[in-house]
Amino acid sequence: MAKYIGKRLVYMLLSLWMIVTATFFFMRIAPGNPFASEKKLPPEIEANLNAHFGLDKPWYAQYWEYLVRIANWDFGPSFKYKSQTVNDLINEGFPVSFLLGMEAIFIAVAVGVLLGIIAALKHNRWPDYTAMIVAVLGISVPSFIMASFLQYFLAIKMGIFPVARWESFMHSVLPAVALASTPMAFIARLTRSSMLEVLANDYIKTAKSKGLSRGVITVKHTIRNALLPVVTYMGPLTAGILTGSFVIERIFGIPGLGAHFVTSINNRDYTVIMGVTVFYSILLLVSILLVDIAYGIIDPRIKLAGGKKGE
Amino acid sequence: MEKLLEVKNLEVSFQTYGGTVKAVRGVSFDLHKGETLAIVGESGSGKSVTSQSIMKLIPMPPGRISGGQILLNGDDIVPKTEKQMEKIRGKEISMIFQDPMTSLNPTMRVGNQIMEVLIKHQNMTKTDGKNRAVELLRLVGIPMPEKRVNQYPHEFSGGMRQRAMIAIALAANPKLLIADEPTTALDVTIQAQILELMKDLQNKMDTSIIFITHDLGVVANVADRVAVMYAGQIVEMGTVDEIFYDPRHPYTWGLLASMPSLENDDKAELAAIPGTPPDLTNPPKGDAFAARNQYALAIDFEEEPPMFQISETHFAKTWLLHPDAPKVEPPEAVKRRMRQLSSTFENPVLVKEGK
Repeated sequence: MAKYIGKRLVYMLLSLWMIVTATFFFMRIAPGNPFASEKKLPPEIEANLNAHFGLDKPWYAQYWEYLVRIANWDFGPSFKYKSQTVNDLINEGFPVSFLLGMEAIFIAVAVGVLLGIIAALKHNRWPDYTAMIVAVLGISVPSFIMASFLQYFLAIKMGIFPVARWESFMHSVLPAVALASTPMAFIARLTRSSMLEVLANDYIKTAKSKGLSRGVITVKHTIRNALLPVVTYMGPLTAGILTGSFVIERIFGIPGLGAHFVTSINNRDYTVIMGVTVFYSILLLVSILLVDIAYGIIDPRIKLAGGKKGE
Repeated sequence: MEKLLEVKNLEVSFQTYGGTVKAVRGVSFDLHKGETLAIVGESGSGKSVTSQSIMKLIPMPPGRISGGQILLNGDDIVPKTEKQMEKIRGKEISMIFQDPMTSLNPTMRVGNQIMEVLIKHQNMTKTDGKNRAVELLRLVGIPMPEKRVNQYPHEFSGGMRQRAMIAIALAANPKLLIADEPTTALDVTIQAQILELMKDLQNKMDTSIIFITHDLGVVANVADRVAVMYAGQIVEMGTVDEIFYDPRHPYTWGLLASMPSLENDDKAELAAIPGTPPDLTNPPKGDAFAARNQYALAIDFEEEPPMFQISETHFAKTWLLHPDAPKVEPPEAVKRRMRQLSSTFENPVLVKEGK
């Protein structure tokens, strides 16, 4: 197991290096620069600024410097927010985005799996149809429209939740629900079809022939086997929630990391783009590793390479 | 001998888009304590549906027991609820399925799958259950049961999984074991071992067995009595000797003739029953086998044949046993094995009119 994780960490570093390199060069190819604005800067000032941020050096020197700095977990100063470093921005924004993301993932998985199980157990009866109508709505309505609906009905009309901002737990409910709606619907459909497949298996008939009750069969024999595809989906789901949160944070005025990601690209704020990209990449690579490890735990047939036999 | 199970006029149908399929059409048989009854027939003859109905394991809906009685120790289980059935399944009746590769839960330790039965039906604690599971694995001939009990099904070979299934089925000492083609998915050597094991355990535990198969070689090996099913009905039933040495129904003749034998002329082609079984959505008029039967009489296409009794234990449902029927010769391969049995009545007795 330790050997397997070690091996995976090496691959993760390799992927990360490729991401950093690709981002670095694509960013430089894009026209414009951090100091371009409507008012043309005097050439002397621009030269000074370039010298200050090291932009006057040849590309390979910049590239090398940047790699060294990232290795030391230093993303450098922001070009736009004069007094802040990229590390400051991440440290401020990430806890907010993380909390929102976790809430959304929790809602998506809990509600999605529950809906899927109910739908499968009541296959072709009204609970099934209801759950699947909810699922189709969730998949087809984009999160930003869902967000506006929630704001309009639950916040403005009924006043149950605050409309926007990030102050208390109540403030986080609407954005988390908006963010969770699409993945939740997807998980519900996935769980349902996977449950139906498992329920048709011979070993469910075996379980029934042992005299086990329906509840025991569902909990002990069906759900665990049916959740494998859902676990697989958790990797891309994390990615979806993270990227989706840019829009939601914008709509609800949440001071998360997402806003920086979007504005930094418009501003050509090189260090922020790089920093946030690298940070998200690490997050994704870790979540994929966790999914793979969870997979091996849930299904004993999957042996993580390097793990000892019979463990 | 005491009767353990009595099935009376069982009818099972399935509601499908194409109409109602009458999978079992009036099946009656009984089973004594410690006896092995083999049900043979080709795919779709209703043998599996019959056996699963005895445990009420057919999916309802679309399946439905539309008539008849299933008496277990004189108690009819047809009207029982699911909750009541849970006390019967695994405890009174248990089942072994065809494919040991898919009939065990892949993400649960084999030991736990055995313990479930013990905890449910014998109120054992986890520790007792585990010890008993080890004992059961040893009983079914799995080496190193202490280690095996903690393993997952994918770490077992096909034969070992079927042994583990047998351990699960026998865990609560059931009175009736239904084996639904338990050796079909195994290779011949393992097949022989599993059959030996089942016979051995039956002697030890005095269990009755209903053995479903389409392999007549297996039948000769394990069964006391044989029921031949065709198109949802039992067409002939008797002791193993009666079915193998004095078969009376043309369908049984066909089955026996299509069995490869060392005595067969190696130049001649192996016999086969022509055609396919009838569509049970609309069962044909008269005898369901008539269209494929080279011995069919005109009346076979008009009226369902009655059941005739040939000896105390031997029944056949064919017009050929009627006093007015012409004498016919069974196929060569069957005639070779025919023997005069002492228990046979002088003349077949009509016991039940066809519908």
